[in-house]
Amino acid sequence: MSEANTQAVEKYRNNFLKEVEERVEEGEWVKMCMQCGVCSGSCPFGPHWAHPPQEIFMMIRAGKRDEVLTSDSMWMCTSCYNCIVRCPRKLPITHIMHGLANYAHRLGLAPKGQPTREFGKMFWNNLVATGRVNELKLSLSLYFKDGFSQGIKNAMAMKDVGLGMLKAKRLNPFELFSPHGCKDRKGIHAMLKKAREIEDRRKHLTS
Amino acid sequence: MAKKEYAFYPGCSSQTKASSSNYLVSVNSMCKTLDIKLTQIPDWNCCGASIGYAEGGELPRHVLNARNFALAEQHLSGQDVVATCAACWLGARETKERLGASAQLLADTNEALKEAGLSYKGEAEIRHMVEVLIEDLGYEELAKPVVKPLAGLKIAGYVGCQTNRPFGIAGESFENPKYLDKLIETVGAEAVPYDQKVTCCGGALAFSEPEKSQKQIRDIVESAYDHGADMIVTPCPLCQANVEIYQGEVNKRFGTKFNIPVAYYSQLLTVAYGGSAKDAALDGQVIRPTKLEELASKK
Ligand code: SF4
Ligand code: SF4
Repeated sequence: MSEANTQAVEKYRNNFLKEVEERVEEGEWVKMCMQCGVCSGSCPFGPHWAHPPQEIFMMIRAGKRDEVLTSDSMWMCTSCYNCIVRCPRKLPITHIMHGLANYAHRLGLAPKGQPTREFGKMFWNNLVATGRVNELKLSLSLYFKDGFSQGIKNAMAMKDVGLGMLKAKRLNPFELFSPHGCKDRKGIHAMLKKAREIEDRRKHLTS
Repeated sequence: MAKKEYAFYPGCSSQTKASSSNYLVSVNSMCKTLDIKLTQIPDWNCCGASIGYAEGGELPRHVLNARNFALAEQHLSGQDVVATCAACWLGARETKERLGASAQLLADTNEALKEAGLSYKGEAEIRHMVEVLIEDLGYEELAKPVVKPLAGLKIAGYVGCQTNRPFGIAGESFENPKYLDKLIETVGAEAVPYDQKVTCCGGALAFSEPEKSQKQIRDIVESAYDHGADMIVTPCPLCQANVEIYQGEVNKRFGTKFNIPVAYYSQLLTVAYGGSAKDAALDGQVIRPTKLEELASKK
């Protein structure tokens, strides 16, 4: 468990709602939820959410900090935005789910090896490297995330997809050696470093 | 027709030999016919996509988008920013909206942008290519250059999520948007009604949660087949890729025999405007759109 987490627990004691309001993206909206359940019926992966959004909002108010932050539910969000356009109280539910997932990830509480957490991390690191996404490296790191032999198996299982893309000129094997990318990588790295610094300061994520 | 000019934000997936490079080629052909001039934002960067939240958080994602806006304001002043990718458009519009609503977020963004020698003023509007077609030109204008109506082609217009929600196309409903059907009819094809028009394909979770996403994809493709479609057409690169390239996997998993082509609206327009299969980048499809190819090669 991270130091930032210990500090958060101390600071907010039994007021998880306040913690969410102050530190989670769009968290100040949570108290507006009227528990109608429309959002929960809207998620494409609905049956796979241990706690659908409506329940998450209820749990936040009930102070169930560990249950919420260690849950893999938020990671089931496909960013389909069904909930946002349907919620009678206009809660930005998608963003709250992303915000909770990000907060749990940064505190080190999100489930280890959760596939969307892993993929999201890879995606971000991939784009930060050159300023643009390198799809080949991204697929390779996804296949090989569980080690080399599992990687070969994963890659073989998906080889029909890969060959189809290659034939259609939509996957470029040379991306490995001379990837696309931005010219001002230095500027982009400096700017993102600064942005992270500011965000961590505002959300007290520095330990 | 007066020439229209835009600051163009193509996005990562449309780069040469990337997963939606066929989208870009057909957009260029379509725009040539329509006298739309797209100038790429110099040195544009990734929008962060929806999935960037896990590691990227809030401010770093907004800063990525703001860098593109700042570059557009600096080099292509006065032009609207136009994105072809649904996720790019959504991410960029979200950033614009948030920075417009919070003075602190705007100040923080500019503090970070300074590190790259840039600043964002909040001038540029963020549009999707479909908005440009419908709002700046209109269906009537779009019908004028049609020389090869796509008669007899039955198409399931797959709108999906991110050009539809939360912002959507002005005047359209979230549950049953009509713009894609209208575009299909504008080029002389038939838009078949079906019930999975705005169903989520799983988005980025097609990579991390393949089983769950492939069930979504199965439902979409099955419904298109059930309603007699020859092909599926979409405005979103992620929808296109997911619904097309995983059909083989879906077949293995569910014992189906799917093999339905999935194209972009821009490929339809290009062919209807007399473009060749090459102009429409039909060779970029993993599942051959044979009927569209036949029409394209017809004199
Ligand atoms: S739809 Fe809105 S009000 Fe209803 S349960 Fe979900 S968040 Fe709460
Ligand atoms: S955006 Fe996320 S939380 Fe909202 S309906 Fe879709 S999957 Fe559920």
